[in-house]
Amino acid sequence: MLSRTAENLYWLARYVERAEYIARTIDATLRVTALPTAYIGKTNEWESALLTAGVSSSFYETYQEATEQNVVEYLAFSPANPSSIKNCIEAARLNSRSVRTALTSEMWDTINSAWIELQEVWGKGTSSREELARFLRFVQETSLRFDGSAYRTMLRNDAYWFSRLGLHLERADNTARILDVKYHVLLPEEEHVGGPLDYYQWTSILRSVSALTAYHWVYRETLKPWLIADLLILNDTLPRSLASCYSNLVRNLDQIGVAYGRQGASQRHARGVRNRLEHSHMDDIFQHGVHEFIQEFIADNSRLGEIITRQYLI
Amino acid sequence: MAVAFDEMNGPGGDLRPAYRELSRWLKETPPDALEYRRQEAELLFRRIGITFAVYGDAEAQERLIPFDVIPRIMSAKEWTTLEKGLKQRVRALNMFLRDIYHGRDILRANLIPDDLIFQNPVFRPEMNGQNVPHDVYVHIAGIDIVRVDADNFIVLEDNARTPSGVSYMLENREIMMRLFPDLFARHRVAPVERYPDELLAALRSVAPLSASAEPTVALMTPGVYNSAYYEHSFLADKLGIELVEGRDLIVKNDEVFMRTTEGLKRVDVIYRRVDDDFLDPLTFRPDSALGVPGLMSAYAAGNITLANAVGTGIADDKAIYSYMPEIVKFYLGEEPILKNVPTWRCREPKDLSYVLDNLSDLVVKEVHGSGGYGMLIGPAATKATIEAFRDKLKREPEGFIAQPTLALSTCPTCTSSGLAPRHVDLRPFVLTGSKHVTIVPGGLTRVALKEGSLVVNSSQGGGTKDTWILDE
Repeated sequence: MLSRTAENLYWLARYVERAEYIARTIDATLRVTALPTAYIGKTNEWESALLTAGVSSSFYETYQEATEQNVVEYLAFSPANPSSIKNCIEAARLNSRSVRTALTSEMWDTINSAWIELQEVWGKGTSSREELARFLRFVQETSLRFDGSAYRTMLRNDAYWFSRLGLHLERADNTARILDVKYHVLLPEEEHVGGPLDYYQWTSILRSVSALTAYHWVYRETLKPWLIADLLILNDTLPRSLASCYSNLVRNLDQIGVAYGRQGASQRHARGVRNRLEHSHMDDIFQHGVHEFIQEFIADNSRLGEIITRQYLI
Repeated sequence: MAVAFDEMNGPGGDLRPAYRELSRWLKETPPDALEYRRQEAELLFRRIGITFAVYGDAEAQERLIPFDVIPRIMSAKEWTTLEKGLKQRVRALNMFLRDIYHGRDILRANLIPDDLIFQNPVFRPEMNGQNVPHDVYVHIAGIDIVRVDADNFIVLEDNARTPSGVSYMLENREIMMRLFPDLFARHRVAPVERYPDELLAALRSVAPLSASAEPTVALMTPGVYNSAYYEHSFLADKLGIELVEGRDLIVKNDEVFMRTTEGLKRVDVIYRRVDDDFLDPLTFRPDSALGVPGLMSAYAAGNITLANAVGTGIADDKAIYSYMPEIVKFYLGEEPILKNVPTWRCREPKDLSYVLDNLSDLVVKEVHGSGGYGMLIGPAATKATIEAFRDKLKREPEGFIAQPTLALSTCPTCTSSGLAPRHVDLRPFVLTGSKHVTIVPGGLTRVALKEGSLVVNSSQGGGTKDTWILDE
């Protein structure tokens, strides 16, 4: 396969995944901010939404203050924000056009229809919370359809594996990012653990990665910070956990390695990261420092992206 | 201008046999059912993303070419004549190109003035004496045909560089079959779906000698922003070959490779949809980033086949066009089966003075223009436009040719006020491989959607129709 095709597939999957994550972040933030102040205190959740989306500094180049309107505008629609949902869908569509030959018609149809709807229905943004909610649903459904059509229609060859690499790398980055922004609410500091503030913050973390129901199935307990961390970092059965993302990254890289008859730096690096996740315990991570652990993970993850690029995509 | 020949109703309004079933079907079908299908077709085209870009049109970067659901129908007999004529013409085109870049017998025979070749900007001196694999220059030709009466098809233009539109021929048929299964059941329409297979076979047959037994073919595009990008990706997909851009290719030791996830892979045949000027910055335009440095030297070394060959522009030049009857006779010793439009060469003083005297009756075209740009349609032009053109003609007569306005045939077409006759042309696609010249039965019918308009170009608001060749 052309390196450029692989690169486009990889980024296409990343953009779709990112759009969905941003939509989930906005959704989770809206829910928290809708609570009475008695429950959530005076923290500015919109600031934290910018942080988890990784666009805080660029936001403040344009805006003075993180209000609901500003942040939603910036995260969802702003052309100035390269990671805005609108830009992600547009970039995904441009990538799709340049690799149409590697996509199934179902995948193309999903992206192209979403792009058409984006222009026609959402060209002016949203003017009410109801509209915003519909928009966020549209984004999440697009990503589900895209993922589903890829899963159901693509040949299991390198095209599929490269797109999966993009998806899992992006997903790992997103999960790590939200943990990094919220790690302080997961820290076991006796004085405020379990208060309503933390409870709703935890809920919002889980919602951002659509793991709230999963949590209850896995632990059958009320929300506890170390269990949340355990679920999102180490639990291989949760599709958005770091451990699960790395199982998939290792598997897809192995599949490519076998098909091409050659292994390389990216296979080794991914395996290293996965092994570390496999052999870690939450106690040790807390001891070592959640923040430090996550920071290292984010660096490792983006290094994997660079190595994959060097090995296959250029 | 004479009254146009109508493909369905013929002279005097007699229903022509090929349209009998369609006419019956139209009578049975309520108009709103037709309109509903038309909307459905448009939706399908949009979702599939069959669009084209219009340069300099920022408002609509991607536009749909309007599709008309009424097919244009031809009988097997009509097609057989046309097919023979097209094959003959394309054989002559290939021999002409080989000759121009080698022995130049036709120039020595004084059939064409030398300067028409050597002063021509589309002539490529780089191709002098260079052999191309199997002596095929025009692997894919799109010959624009118009019909003027029951018996006469006339060639309007030979597209020998990178003719486009074949994806519309194929997609129009797909969509028609999806929307009108009933109508197909009443006819025996010759299939066009073999085209991608035939194209791939033709391309593989012309691989260079140094290629392996299974030559690697790739389709080269200028990229997603090109107006015909949809077609490029569509064809690459149907052919099952890589769609490459210049940046995907690299030349090493006069061989061409593409960058793949498994390292470099040799390419043997490039179906290139990039103009000569942009192919290789080392040979042609140095400012171009679309091409591949060194491609021409790999070409000269005989390690890559370019389809179409470099320098074919000289054969589809409008000034050369007027010599096509002589060209056919000279190389094949046969009478041309397909006629040319009578053409005045403004470079010749006698012709020029006739043209200047009759501007309001003529169509004047730039010799090197394309896509309906920069032409004068005398009968439809204002006085001021005609005078402006007169000045241009006097200043640079060799840049223009003139032709009478033809009464292009019409075909019933859906309009806002029901079915009405609209002018059509036809672009069949002729493939030349190492051994055969082939054509799938049909082609792209373009239709001028505005009443009375003769301009069918998509960039000028024309639409397309499915073309049916009945298999009797």
